[in-house]
Amino acid sequence: MNDFYIILTACLVAINCAIMGSFLVMRKMVMIGDAISHAVLPGIFFAYIISGSTSSLPILIGAASSGILATIIIEWFTQKARLQSDASIGVSYTLLFAIGIILISKFGANADIDQQCVLYGELEYVSLWLEPIIGDFYLPRQTLILGVVCIIIVLAVTWGYKGLFITTFDPNFSISTGIAIGFWHYFLMSGVSLTTVVSFESVGAILVIAFLSGPPAIAYLLTGNFKKMLVLACAFGILCSIVGYYLAKLLDVSVAGAISAVIGAIFTIVFVITSSQKSKIDVISD
Amino acid sequence: MSFWQNIPSYFSSEYYTFWVVSIGAGIICFGAGIVGTFSYLRKRALLGDVISHAVLPGVAISFMLTGVKNPLYFLIGATTSGILSIWLVDYIHSKSKLKPDTIMALTLSVFFGIGIVLLTKIQHSGNAAQSGLDSFLFGKAASMTLQDVITFSVIALINTLCIAVFLRAFSMISFDEEYAKSLGFNIKIIKSFLALLTVITVAIGIQSVGIVLMAALLITPASGARFLTNSIKKMLIYAGIFALLSGFTGVIISSSGTAMPTGPWIVVVLSSFTIFAIFFGKEKGVIARMRIRRSNNLKINNENTLKKLYKLSEERKESIHVDQLSDIQSSAQLKTTLKRLEKKQILSQVKGTIILNEKGKIAAREVIRKHRLWEIYLSKYFQLDKDHLHDDAEGIEHVITPEIEKHLITLLDRPEKDPHQSEIPY
Repeated sequence: MNDFYIILTACLVAINCAIMGSFLVMRKMVMIGDAISHAVLPGIFFAYIISGSTSSLPILIGAASSGILATIIIEWFTQKARLQSDASIGVSYTLLFAIGIILISKFGANADIDQQCVLYGELEYVSLWLEPIIGDFYLPRQTLILGVVCIIIVLAVTWGYKGLFITTFDPNFSISTGIAIGFWHYFLMSGVSLTTVVSFESVGAILVIAFLSGPPAIAYLLTGNFKKMLVLACAFGILCSIVGYYLAKLLDVSVAGAISAVIGAIFTIVFVITSSQKSKIDVISD
Repeated sequence: MSFWQNIPSYFSSEYYTFWVVSIGAGIICFGAGIVGTFSYLRKRALLGDVISHAVLPGVAISFMLTGVKNPLYFLIGATTSGILSIWLVDYIHSKSKLKPDTIMALTLSVFFGIGIVLLTKIQHSGNAAQSGLDSFLFGKAASMTLQDVITFSVIALINTLCIAVFLRAFSMISFDEEYAKSLGFNIKIIKSFLALLTVITVAIGIQSVGIVLMAALLITPASGARFLTNSIKKMLIYAGIFALLSGFTGVIISSSGTAMPTGPWIVVVLSSFTIFAIFFGKEKGVIARMRIRRSNNLKINNENTLKKLYKLSEERKESIHVDQLSDIQSSAQLKTTLKRLEKKQILSQVKGTIILNEKGKIAAREVIRKHRLWEIYLSKYFQLDKDHLHDDAEGIEHVITPEIEKHLITLLDRPEKDPHQSEIPY
């Protein structure tokens, strides 16, 4: 059963990240996912201090809001202060991460948060906290939350697909037709923030980034159609999770690390095959 | 006892570690800050993040191969995998349609993932010597030794010397690769050399501040320095000083209390410097730009009011009532504009009646002249219709300098009438 829980959790993270990541890849904003996953630390701390508990919901809200705060700060640095965009990302998330570590090591000695867990998660221990579903069927708490978020993400993306699609692929057209670019930007960022936050608690920041960038990149190499890309990215995410888990079990190593390594391996294979085909079509059609 | 009376004791042996750590931190920050300036200028700010994550597998492999925790072996391993990651990012970028940000995120997470796999493998192998490898992840500034300080000084010195010698080459590839190529610079070699310096700096610095914060040491000093100057030399100096002071101050702050991590404090101090520069930079700072925008707005309001006054007086008489100006600005704005102009002794107000004096007339004529000259210029050189001229001239009249005006007059042969047949006041 433990195997099943871990794989299910990893797959849910993979699906969430694949959907969000596909948009980020096309918007050239993947590193923002990296920034958010590090910048959630102060939010987690304040949520812990205010609510006095390490239970999931307050922490989740705190982390998600500090993730969104990070994207707002990045926007401010680029738009208002005119700092170049890559530097805006670098400066803001390292600062938030540093503040988070200071707060946690100073005041959060008994908090259930440590840096190691932030970086590579505790996928192995996901089944420590089970919730009853129906009768004898139990699901880990994390998995349950991830499942709910997955449904939210799928519904939100289905509802806002048109807006997200147009602002991603044709920002100039969006401006000229009066589509609110800002709204869709923060709509997506909220989704990324939520995904990152719920995911990193179980798999760690690094695997979140691997999932956000890897499967969408693999899918993008294979297809020029964005809807196909979304489906392929989810499929590759799931594949990598399963293979990665059994690899980790075989070698007795970290599951998050092994999944990242498998993502790298599958990417390499696809990259070698597609780059030898010399087809560099960069047209994305609906 | 006051701080000053305490000073001699700060040099006593019990403060030995403090001095070692603070000087060491300052030096490594300095080295990273100057080499990072070029990462910033080349818009490769996040490459520092990639490198610092990518060194992990190299460190783990060098430990697996040698079985000892030797800093030199670590350095070799870290540098190799760091260089490999940069090369991969470039290679994948040139061979696929993927964008750099995707490739960087993928490379850093996969390298780090492999590093974690190897690290957990080492931990589970039960090798007693492995404890402490974690310090590569989060840094261990507090346990810096004199030996480390010497290493830091060497790398900082190498960075400084290389930058001093190759400043021109490094600047060229940072601003315009194509131009550098046409001047006969060997771009590939310069780029690789710069990358090597960056990777070695990261590989060494990471041990004191940790992976995540290493990226800040490279990028944050340069980001702040950029707001203070346009000169690359000055930028390097500012970045270096920022970094040096932050390293030093960060250690002082973190050693003043218990459970205060050093690396994060260095980054917080560094970021404070940068945010300060972003706000208060002399010309580029947020506040300076706000001030310029405000003064431009004031100038535009002044000039528009003067123009309206002049036109009204052109039509009829010398004195004009305030109400006649109500269409150009809101009444509150108009009131302050008029007050400002009165202070400059350009006009006088008596009970709502405005009298433009000689100085005011000269100033008003100047604005009108620029406006009408520009209209002529547009209609003559761009063949624009008469009804399109006004709006454009309305904006440009405020920014035409006396030199441009002189130039326009000679270019247009000192015209008498504008396209709308209004006279041009000289």
